[in-house]
Amino acid sequence: MGFGGNSQQLLSKIATNDKHGENSPYFDGWKAYDRNPFHPKNNPQGVIQMGLAENQLCFDLIEEWIRNNPKASICTPEGVHQFRNIANFQDYHGLQKFRNAMANFMSKVRGGRVRFDPDRILMSGGATGANELIMFCLADPGDAFMIPTPFYPGFVRDLCWRTGVKLIPVHSDSSNNFKITREALEEAYKKAKEDNINVKGLLITNPSNPLGTTLDKDTLKSLVSFINEKNIHLVCDEIYAATVFSSPNYVSVAEVIQEVEHCKRDLIHIIYSLSKDMGFPGFRVGIVYSFNDEVVNCGRKMSSFGLVCSQTQHMLASMLSDENFVTTFIEENSRRLKKRHDKFMKGLEEVNITRFPSNAGLFCWMNLKSLLKEPTFEDELKLWRVIIHEVKLNVSPGSSFNCSEPGWFRVCFANMDDETVDVALNRIRAFVGRETKKPVGIKRWQQNLRLNFSSRIFDETTVIMSPHSPIPTSPLVRAT
Amino acid sequence: MTQTRKPAPKPEAQNPSFSTSGMKLIVPLQGVVQGRGGLLLGTLVPCALFYFLQLYLKRRRSSDATCATPPSEPALPRTSSRSNLSARAGSISRVRISRLASQISRPDDSLYYVGLDRVSIDPFHALHNPHGVIQLGLSDNKLCFDLIGEWFARSLEGSVVSTSLSINGIAPYQTFDGMMELKMALSDFMHQVMGESVKFDPSNMVLTAGATPAIEILSFCLADHGNAFLVPTPYYPGFDRDVRWRPGVDLIPVHCRSADNFNLNITALEQAYSQARKRGVKVRGILISNPSNPVGNIMTQDMLYSLLDFAEEKNIHIIADEVFAGSTYGSEKFVSIAEILDSDYIDKSRVHIIYGLSKDLSLAGFRVGVIYSFNDSVLAAAKKLSRFSSISAPTQRLVTSMLSDKRFIREYFETNRKRIRQVHDEFVDCLSKLGIKCAKSSAGMFCWADMSGLIRPYSEKGEIELWEKFLSVAKINITPGSSCHCIEPGWFRICFTTITLEEIPLVIERIRRVVESCKSSS
Repeated sequence: MGFGGNSQQLLSKIATNDKHGENSPYFDGWKAYDRNPFHPKNNPQGVIQMGLAENQLCFDLIEEWIRNNPKASICTPEGVHQFRNIANFQDYHGLQKFRNAMANFMSKVRGGRVRFDPDRILMSGGATGANELIMFCLADPGDAFMIPTPFYPGFVRDLCWRTGVKLIPVHSDSSNNFKITREALEEAYKKAKEDNINVKGLLITNPSNPLGTTLDKDTLKSLVSFINEKNIHLVCDEIYAATVFSSPNYVSVAEVIQEVEHCKRDLIHIIYSLSKDMGFPGFRVGIVYSFNDEVVNCGRKMSSFGLVCSQTQHMLASMLSDENFVTTFIEENSRRLKKRHDKFMKGLEEVNITRFPSNAGLFCWMNLKSLLKEPTFEDELKLWRVIIHEVKLNVSPGSSFNCSEPGWFRVCFANMDDETVDVALNRIRAFVGRETKKPVGIKRWQQNLRLNFSSRIFDETTVIMSPHSPIPTSPLVRAT
Repeated sequence: MTQTRKPAPKPEAQNPSFSTSGMKLIVPLQGVVQGRGGLLLGTLVPCALFYFLQLYLKRRRSSDATCATPPSEPALPRTSSRSNLSARAGSISRVRISRLASQISRPDDSLYYVGLDRVSIDPFHALHNPHGVIQLGLSDNKLCFDLIGEWFARSLEGSVVSTSLSINGIAPYQTFDGMMELKMALSDFMHQVMGESVKFDPSNMVLTAGATPAIEILSFCLADHGNAFLVPTPYYPGFDRDVRWRPGVDLIPVHCRSADNFNLNITALEQAYSQARKRGVKVRGILISNPSNPVGNIMTQDMLYSLLDFAEEKNIHIIADEVFAGSTYGSEKFVSIAEILDSDYIDKSRVHIIYGLSKDLSLAGFRVGVIYSFNDSVLAAAKKLSRFSSISAPTQRLVTSMLSDKRFIREYFETNRKRIRQVHDEFVDCLSKLGIKCAKSSAGMFCWADMSGLIRPYSEKGEIELWEKFLSVAKINITPGSSCHCIEPGWFRICFTTITLEEIPLVIERIRRVVESCKSSS
C-alpha cells in the first residue's frame, strides 16, 4: 500500500503539468551549457553562455561601494550593532528607508522626470515573483492578458502557471520593425471577445526583451489610451530601464500618464527589479509599483511569499540613497553597456550578420535568416542545435520568444568579460565563414536536443563553485 | 472605499422602486390590459417602457464614466484621494481586480492580524513609549539576540564572513532551490536540533524564502484548487493565508479539546475525514504543526505512528510543520516525523516536513525556509516553484557560515532552551497566581492560557470582548483562540519571548488589572 508507482497521480495538476515552461528550447540550451560550461583556462572548448541576460559589467563599482560603506552591512564591525533590528524584521511593508531609497533610485533611472511614492512599493521574490504577484492581483483563473510578441519565454511560467491566466499574443514582425500597432491590439482584443475570453489587461516590456528597444512616447500614449478605452489593466515590465545606452531616451509609462488626459491611473502597474539594471539577480529584489490602492493593499499582504531579505533591504537602503553613487553608477553602466554593445555589433557586422537596431538591454536580436535553408521554424531549431553543439554558444531561438517569423536569435553579451566576448566572436566568424562557403544543408547534430536528466546524477565538482568562481551557475542545474 | 455621490439624479430613475412611482405605472397598465388592446398592449407597453428605461440608464452611465472630474461636485474636496476619483467615475464602470485581490485587500477581520496592526501603530518601548501596546501576539524569540550578535562580531574579526561576501560569487543567478553548501549546513543543523537521532539528506531539500512560501509551495504541489487539508485545531492563523489564498486549498478543522490537553485524537480525524467525503470534498492531506502552535505541546511517537497509518489507509499526504523543533524547554523529548520514518516498511513518499530559521534562530528577516521531502516528484515540482521565493544569495552564504560553526550552534541551543524555560516557568507561575491556568506545554515561545472563567458570555463574542479589553485597556496584544479556530471559547495564546524576564512584572500587572475588572463586573 502506498504511493509507490502512483506517486505522480497523487500530486496536484500544477505540479504535474507543463506550464512551468521549462521544456522550451530556451531552457534546453541552458542545460547544454550546464553540462559543459566554458572556462577560459579549465574548459576553453566549453559552451559559452549567451542565453542568460545578466549584467556583470559593473561589479567593481558595487564592490567598491560596499568596501567604502561598512555601516551598510550588518556583517561588518561598523554595522553589526544594527543586527538586532534587521535580523528579525519581517514586516511585509518593508523597511521605510528601503522603500524610500527604491523610490529615489527608480526616479533617478527615469532622469528625475517622475517621482515615485514609497508607499506604493511592494516587494516580491525577484521580477519572477513580481510578475506572478501582479497577475494574482489583477486576474482570475481563466482570464487573459494580451502580450506583444516576441516576449520573454519565462512569462509563460511567471504569468500563467500558478495563476491560471492565459496569454494572448499580439503579433508583430520585422516588416514594421516589430512595432505594437493599435490595429494589431484591436484585432487581438476583438478576436478574444469573439472567443468569449475575458481580457483583463495588456502586458508590455519596456525596454523590450528580446528586441532591446525602448518605446517612444507616442506608442506609449497610444497604448495607454487603448487600455483606458477598453477599461483593462496595463502592466509595464520596466526591469531593463537603466540599461538604456543610447538614444532615444527612455520614457517610462509613469511619465506618460502624467500627460494623458483622463487617464485612469487605477489601471497602471509597473514591475521593476534590480536583477538587470544593477546586476543583482542573486539578491532577489523584485518590486511591484501600482497606482491602484486595492492592488497595493492586496499585493502587500501577498508579498509575504517573497519578501526581500531584511539584510538586503538594509544594505540597499544605504546604497540607493547615496546620490553620488547612483548617478555615477547609472552613467557608467550605460557607458560600459554601449561599449560592449558596439564591440559585439562590430564583430557581427564583420561577418555580415545583421541585427535589429537596439538602444537598450543586455542582448541583441540577431537576424540569421540568411543561414536558414528554408524560412521555417524547423530550420531555425536545426540551426540552433548546430550553434549549441558545433559553435558551442548558447543563444536563444526566436521561436522560444513566440516570434512570428523564423530566423531571429537573441544573444546576450553583458554576462561575460572582454576576453570571452572575443572568443565568442571568433567562433561566430569561423562558423559563418564555414556556412557561407557550404552549398546546401547544415550538418545535423542531434535530431532531438531534449536532454534527459532522468537520473539526478550531477557532477558535484562542476556544480559546487567556490565563492570566487567567475562562472555563474545556471538556475536550472537540477531542473528535471 | 468612499460612497459615491451622484449629481442630483432623479431617485426613481436610478432606483426604480415599486412604491408610489411604480403604482403610477401599474394602474394605467391594468387599464390598458383590461380595456382595448388587451394582452398585446399590456405586454408591449411595459416592455417598451422597460427598454426605454434601460436605454436611459445606460446613457447616464456612459456619460458619468467619461467625465473624470465632474465639475458639478462642489462638496467633494479637490484633494480627494485617487481611490475617491476612481470610486466616483468607476463605481458605475469599475475596473475589476481579481476576486482574490478583492477579498484580500479588505481590512483583515482576523483578530490575529488586527492585533499586530495595533501594535505597529503604538508599539511599547520601555523608555520612549512606556504606555504603548506590548507585543505578546508574535512568536518572535528575542531572548538570544545577544549571542548571535556576538557571533557576528567574533566571526568578522576572522574575516570568515567578509570574504564570503565577494560580489562575484553572490550577485549572479544562483540555483533557485538553494546552494548545496547551505543545504548541507541545514541538514547538519536539523540533525543537531532534532535531538541528533535522525540524519537529513541535503538532496531531499528545497530551500525557500521563509517557511511561509514553503507551506504555500507544498500546498500547490499536493492539492488542486478546491481540495482540502485536515488540520487539528487550534492552529496557527497564518495557515489560512498560506494554504487558502493562492493555492485555493481549504482547511478542514479537526477539533481538539482541553480535556485531552488539545492533543489530536484519531477518532476526531476519522470523523472529519468522512464528513468531508460526504460533502464531496477531496481531502489531499493532513497539516500538523509539531511542536504545536499555539498550544506548545509535542506529539508523541505513538500519535505520529497513528497519523502515518491513517494517511496510508486514506492514501493522503502528511505535512509536518516543525519550525519550533529547536525551541523545546520541557521534559518531553521532541520526535521529528522523519525519525519514525526510518524503518523500511513505511512509505516515506507521503511525508513532507517544513522547517525554517525564523523561530529557532530568530532570523525571521533573513527568510530561510526548508521543504524536506522523500518524494522525488514533489521535490522536482517544488524546485521549479521555488523560483518565485528564493533565498537571497548573500544571506545563503552568511547563514552557511553561521550554521557551520557547530560549537556556536550547540552553545546557542543550550542557552536558548535555558532562557525560554526560565521565562516560561516564571510567566506561567505568575499567571496561575492570577487564577489563569495554561495548557501543559513543552515547546514553542508561548503559553496557551485558559481565560474562559473571565469571559461573559461564554462564547466567541465574550472572548472577543475580553481581547479588545486587553488591547485597548491593558495595552497588550495577545491572540484570541477564535483566530486559531479553537472550538472552546476563552483560550488565548500569549507569547513570552518578546519580553525580558525583567518586563514580566509589568505585563503581569497589566493582565491583573483586566482580570480584576472582569471579576468585579461579573
